[in-house]
Amino acid sequence: MQAEIKSKRKRPLSIILKILVVAAALITFAALIFLIAYILINGIPYLKPSLFAIEYNSDNVSMFPALINTLLMTVLALIIAVPLGVFTAIYLVEYAKKGNKLVEVIRMTAETLSGIPSIVYGLFGMLFFVQRMKLGYSLISGALTVAIMILPLVIRTTEEALISVPQMYREASFGLGAGKLRTVFRAVLPSAVPGILAGVILAIGRIVGETAALIYTAGTIAEIAVGSDFLLDSTRTLAVHMYILSSEGFHTGEAYATGVILLIMVFAINALSNIAAKKIGVNK
Amino acid sequence: MKEKIMHGVFAIAALTSIFAVVLICVFLFASGVPAIKEVGFLEFLGGTSWKPTASNPEFGIFPMIIGSIYVTAGAIIIGVPIGVLTAVFMAFYCPKKLYRPLKSATELLAGIPSVVYGFFGLVVIVPLLRDLFDEQGCRGQSILAASILLGLMILPTIIGVSESALRAVPQSYYEGATALGATHEEAIFRTVLPAAKSGVLAGVILGIGRAIGETMAVIMVAGNQPRMPESIFQGVRTLTGNIVMDMAYAEGLHREVLIATGVVLFVFILIINISFSILKRRDPNAG
Repeated sequence: MQAEIKSKRKRPLSIILKILVVAAALITFAALIFLIAYILINGIPYLKPSLFAIEYNSDNVSMFPALINTLLMTVLALIIAVPLGVFTAIYLVEYAKKGNKLVEVIRMTAETLSGIPSIVYGLFGMLFFVQRMKLGYSLISGALTVAIMILPLVIRTTEEALISVPQMYREASFGLGAGKLRTVFRAVLPSAVPGILAGVILAIGRIVGETAALIYTAGTIAEIAVGSDFLLDSTRTLAVHMYILSSEGFHTGEAYATGVILLIMVFAINALSNIAAKKIGVNK
Repeated sequence: MKEKIMHGVFAIAALTSIFAVVLICVFLFASGVPAIKEVGFLEFLGGTSWKPTASNPEFGIFPMIIGSIYVTAGAIIIGVPIGVLTAVFMAFYCPKKLYRPLKSATELLAGIPSVVYGFFGLVVIVPLLRDLFDEQGCRGQSILAASILLGLMILPTIIGVSESALRAVPQSYYEGATALGATHEEAIFRTVLPAAKSGVLAGVILGIGRAIGETMAVIMVAGNQPRMPESIFQGVRTLTGNIVMDMAYAEGLHREVLIATGVVLFVFILIINISFSILKRRDPNAG
């Protein structure tokens, strides 16, 4: 930032401040490295093939059902939340007129949604989807709950991506005689895809790591949701699996191993999101 | 025709978030408020005794309110200085080559699931505190453990918001201070940081929201005893912890009181969010 002009003078207080700044940064990054290394070192020895057995039982606390259920949960929640979020953003950026009161209200509610703690979503999901809609502790109750949770994230990142598409694209498309709809889908959305994708990948990260919103909506059964009514099966995701293992206290090693898998997923998700975000930079 | 239909579809999609907020409010309040009335407003918020399954049950959540406040305050005391100073490092000290990897590292810190944090707290911080403060009667799972862990968890929020607030301060502030004879540090801490004050504060408020709403990690390290804590070495139960711990077996009024606990938490969060948006409006560069 201050590349050209940088003060070289030194006073005792300044030196102390500098030490504090560097120390704080060291603490932050050392804590992160220590956490990751600790989980990896203790967890990798427990990553045995048996942990990926199809059946979960009390002798072999396989994480495979939880892994599949995490995948199902993520896909379902995205199917619900991504169209809703992207359409909301299209409405806010492309359709709503300036000074529209409704836009203000939508922005405010989306902001409110993004601040609500996940346990409150869990309570709401339990009251509404599990009890009122009579869906029970099920995959679909959990997916609907986390879909609402990630909605504001999808809206915000899509909005940003749409806004960053140059106005020229829209004008050129209109100039060639395209209607509003065609302009949005053919000219604007394609160039906003990397930005939207970056947001969706972050949303995946939130779903994979979620626990509090799922315990009382999706339940905790460690079986793969299969069959024609798989949407109504109670399921546990990986994060819930790890919480249950560590609170039971009999399978600490397996909890470490689940932690390793979760961390690997988080690494991959962050890397993918960065790659997608970098693509926007190229487009600009 | 097609244009009009799709316009309608977009508008309806846009209304879902309003619909969701209304639904959440209606369902929480409709189940929670009658329970608060039944227990009594003052007995509920101010009562210090939580005996939900006794033959003469008592539903006072004051210990949990205090628990949430203590744990959040502890997280702020630990997380804010480290977070703000790290933001200063990222904005003014970080060597160019290190910037990208370190920025990704703070994003990674934000992406780690709270169960993983909680587990880490359980296997590292809790035993460490048990050994260090054995004489004070510390059993490990305590306010201190939860504060340290939450302090770590709110770092990415505080670093991210503070850094963008610092970067939004015009370069001329730094240059002006340097021209007047200030050192690098004096220029940053006396002129740039004060100018970024409301942005940094917005980051702190966002961090408070995260800390008060955090559930799984806190449950795993805080001990969850529903009583008034007397020292930071004792265990404590937070509002979020109360909901998860008891919901597994709660029935009838007990269950509704737990939802009422969620209502109290929700109101706390709304107040925090409103303060955040007010601050953000004052400093549009933050967040």
